[in-house]
Amino acid sequence: MVELSRVKIVVEDLDIRYEDVWALRDLNFSVKENEILSVIGPANSGKTSFLRALNRLNDLDPSCRISGSILLNGKDINREMDAEEVRKKVTMVFALPIPLPMSIFDNIAYGPRRHGIRNKKKLAETVEKSLKAAFLWDEVKDRLSSSAMKLSGGQQQRLCIARTLAVEPEVILYDEPCSGLDPISTAKVEDAMRELKSRYTQILVTNNVKQAARVGDRVAFFLMGELVEIDLADRLFTAPKDKRTDDYLTGRFG
Amino acid sequence: MKIKPQIKQKIAFTLLGLAAILVIIPVVLILAILIKRGLPAISWQFLTEMPRMGMRAGGIFPAIMGTLCLVIGAIGVALPLGVLTAIYLVEYAKKNWWTRMIEIAIVNLAGVPSVVYGLFGLGLFVIFFQFGSSILAGSLTLAIMELPVIITSSKEALMSVPRSFREASLALGVSRWQTIRYVVLPNALPGILTGSILGISRTAGETAPILFTVAAFYLPRLPKSVLDQCMALPYHLYVLSTQVPNVKPALQYGTALVLVGMVFLLNIVAIIVRAHIRSKKQW
Repeated sequence: MVELSRVKIVVEDLDIRYEDVWALRDLNFSVKENEILSVIGPANSGKTSFLRALNRLNDLDPSCRISGSILLNGKDINREMDAEEVRKKVTMVFALPIPLPMSIFDNIAYGPRRHGIRNKKKLAETVEKSLKAAFLWDEVKDRLSSSAMKLSGGQQQRLCIARTLAVEPEVILYDEPCSGLDPISTAKVEDAMRELKSRYTQILVTNNVKQAARVGDRVAFFLMGELVEIDLADRLFTAPKDKRTDDYLTGRFG
Repeated sequence: MKIKPQIKQKIAFTLLGLAAILVIIPVVLILAILIKRGLPAISWQFLTEMPRMGMRAGGIFPAIMGTLCLVIGAIGVALPLGVLTAIYLVEYAKKNWWTRMIEIAIVNLAGVPSVVYGLFGLGLFVIFFQFGSSILAGSLTLAIMELPVIITSSKEALMSVPRSFREASLALGVSRWQTIRYVVLPNALPGILTGSILGISRTAGETAPILFTVAAFYLPRLPKSVLDQCMALPYHLYVLSTQVPNVKPALQYGTALVLVGMVFLLNIVAIIVRAHIRSKKQW
């Protein structure tokens, strides 16, 4: 089969360490446009460090050292782009939903406003579009001005997804986005992710192997700071090449 | 012999409770004495008239206005300076020896005796900058004295804003300054204000720092500009108590009551601000 989709992110020789502790070593792979890449692995395998390197949130930790390069659309995010530009294109949804202490509307409009959009009509349109895309519009359309803190956990997480959509990113990172959610809320978040596939490249770090299989096109397995295996979801789950992947998936450790 | 844990617990609770009561006693006594002996002196004339007959009669209006001017002047200088310093220290400064030096300096500033601030203000503002003995010099001296309190409480308020809020904002490509301006500061503001008001209420009652820099012994008129001297409540109280013979004690206690009342009022404002914000806080 001819590979039609373009490459979105290329990771080359990526090393991440905190002081003397290695988080990730010698990472090399690429992410295609419009795919959902699931990243699985036990705790301390470097998944989150990897995710935070992709939108340069690791910059905030002065003890973090990164070498190697990450290319977004062929541009080196650490050398050819500034951090704000990277984070606007590569946004992140965190493990726990973090609504800002303001109204639902203001939460979604927060990003666009900071990026200079003042037009009220345009903001209202962006808010509606983003909430619809995150499957939250119907539940909150009558109370946009009430506090985002009053939403349920699952709604808050979809609010966070909508908030990242509002800045019109190209890549969305999810750091265990459903770890605090019940199965129904989880299903709704996953629905949103599948729906967003047509427009965004998505990377999902998850502790839930089944979730990785449900939403991921491809799956990467990290173990102790190393990329053990990356393959199409069907193949990785049915016939893993590496024994360690097999051990992890069958629950022999982790 | 062995004492039962339940009895030990009772003893401990009794001791702790006694300690708490002991702390309240001085406060209650001070207030009771001030109110009993000072309240008869308080009247509309006392609050709004100039002192007469060498301060043995009339009111304390210029001292009230003087203290108000000093408090407003000091907060006008100290609040922006202190908050900006706190923002720098919490949000921008890297943890290195330079930041540590600033932090040690602030802690030490808080420990400097108030009379030393007075002499410092005399040397720097009154003499070197040639402001003379004036509201300007007095306010600046009080401002420097308030700084450590404002910086410390602002730092705590800023640090109490969850880190996740900052990350959520930064992860949208919002710049660091915008994150501070639109997420951190609005949520830290109540804490900053409360701490600062408490800081001011403390300096409102200080005598030593204004002694050499602004306070007038007897000046039965209102100041016309910031370069004028003025009377101030704490110093007026000191003068009445030690420098003027044959003053009716009621005047002294009345003055003290007004001073404590003003400080109390400021503290009440701080408490209301805090309670109001807490009720709105949702995380």
